[in-house]
Amino acid sequence: MKEAVHIGRNPSTGPALEELLAQVALGDEDAFAGVYDAVAGPVLGVVRAVLRDQAQSEEVTQEVLVEVWRTAPRYRTDRGTAINWILTLAHRRAVDRVRSVDAAAARDHKAALLDRLPEYDEVVEHVEARLEREQVRRCVRTLTELQRQAVTLAYYRGLTYREVAEALALPLGTVKTRLRDGLIRLRDCLGVTA
Amino acid sequence: MTTTDLHRLTGAYALHALSDTENTAFERHLAGCEACAQETAELSATAARMGLAVATTPPAGLREQVLRRITTVRQETPGRPAQALAARPGPRTRRLSRWALAACLAAATALGGTALWQHQEAEDARAQARRAARTTDGIAAVLAAPDARTRATALAGGATATVVVSRGQDRAVFVVSGMTSPPGGKVYQLWFDEDGTMRPAGLMDPARSDQAVLLRGSVDGASGMGITVEPDGGSKEPTSAPVAVMTFPS
Repeated sequence: MKEAVHIGRNPSTGPALEELLAQVALGDEDAFAGVYDAVAGPVLGVVRAVLRDQAQSEEVTQEVLVEVWRTAPRYRTDRGTAINWILTLAHRRAVDRVRSVDAAAARDHKAALLDRLPEYDEVVEHVEARLEREQVRRCVRTLTELQRQAVTLAYYRGLTYREVAEALALPLGTVKTRLRDGLIRLRDCLGVTA
Repeated sequence: MTTTDLHRLTGAYALHALSDTENTAFERHLAGCEACAQETAELSATAARMGLAVATTPPAGLREQVLRRITTVRQETPGRPAQALAARPGPRTRRLSRWALAACLAAATALGGTALWQHQEAEDARAQARRAARTTDGIAAVLAAPDARTRATALAGGATATVVVSRGQDRAVFVVSGMTSPPGGKVYQLWFDEDGTMRPAGLMDPARSDQAVLLRGSVDGASGMGITVEPDGGSKEPTSAPVAVMTFPS
């Protein structure tokens, strides 16, 4: 059974991810399959952006999805949308992984890091995902160069703000500020509400 | 770190760009700063949008692996004290699976029980077939009942259990696969759970990891079932903590 599940804010015919998650919280494995179909692509995308390595990314993606299953009873809609909850978890786990292994070698190539940011998967054909990509890309372009670099290095590469400061040769305070005002500008451009 | 500094960390926090100690300090600050909490929630949601934008197509095999893995992972149960030995609650009421089960059992009957249960030893086959002949009619009747409801549950140790209940037949069938052997001289005993009082419902065959058991007695009055390890021959009441408890599908 493959049913389109609606994960964004746009109206759609599929069941809302939140509803599926409520069923998952009751142990419904079929509902979990629906959650998988809706979020596996974004989860893998986030994890792979940070980890780069495909095999490790799939491993962490599995861990994240199993954690979604395990902790679904803890999810509460008043703390944000289900996709936020899941992608925040995915990013956290990816970041934990990249910081737990010695990623120094990969991080030494800061020029390369900056060079290849961000990675948008052009082969995704899902319309909702493509629209999302276009919208984010358009809004990222509205950032200043420093904001864009800081935010993308932190999010897509999983760098701490200290590492971002080092990579961009900027004072720590400046990076903190750029991360915040960069995200605020993105938030306003994307029309995000919490 | 000053409060002003902490206020400015909403972005870094939302991007998971803080060190562990800074993260802890910021979360402490968040608890008492409503404006920060609101901004943090919005910036986290913004970060998630950046995540959506890099969605990719997962490899085909991943889905199956994940769906298989979750059957062995017990879910958290907030608001209720964790029952150490209780099986993960798995309300998965489906009406389709009983046909699959009925088909399996029909095959088992036809082949004397050897086809269905791969681990069954050959010398047991005839005894099994005799027993199967007695009970399979009852099992099949439950599985094929129009009101049959099933609930699948992952048991500790990787076994999967399905309980099929027909209120109309007033009977229940317990189907398990991958069950570990009970300790030597012990058997798994099944029980009806009547508001915490356990009523004996028969024994499982200790030699088989996969089996279907027609629970002995009426379903009426029972809200679920349990499994305990008992001395050979079974007990009148449980003498050990349950290895699993399951709620009947409604």
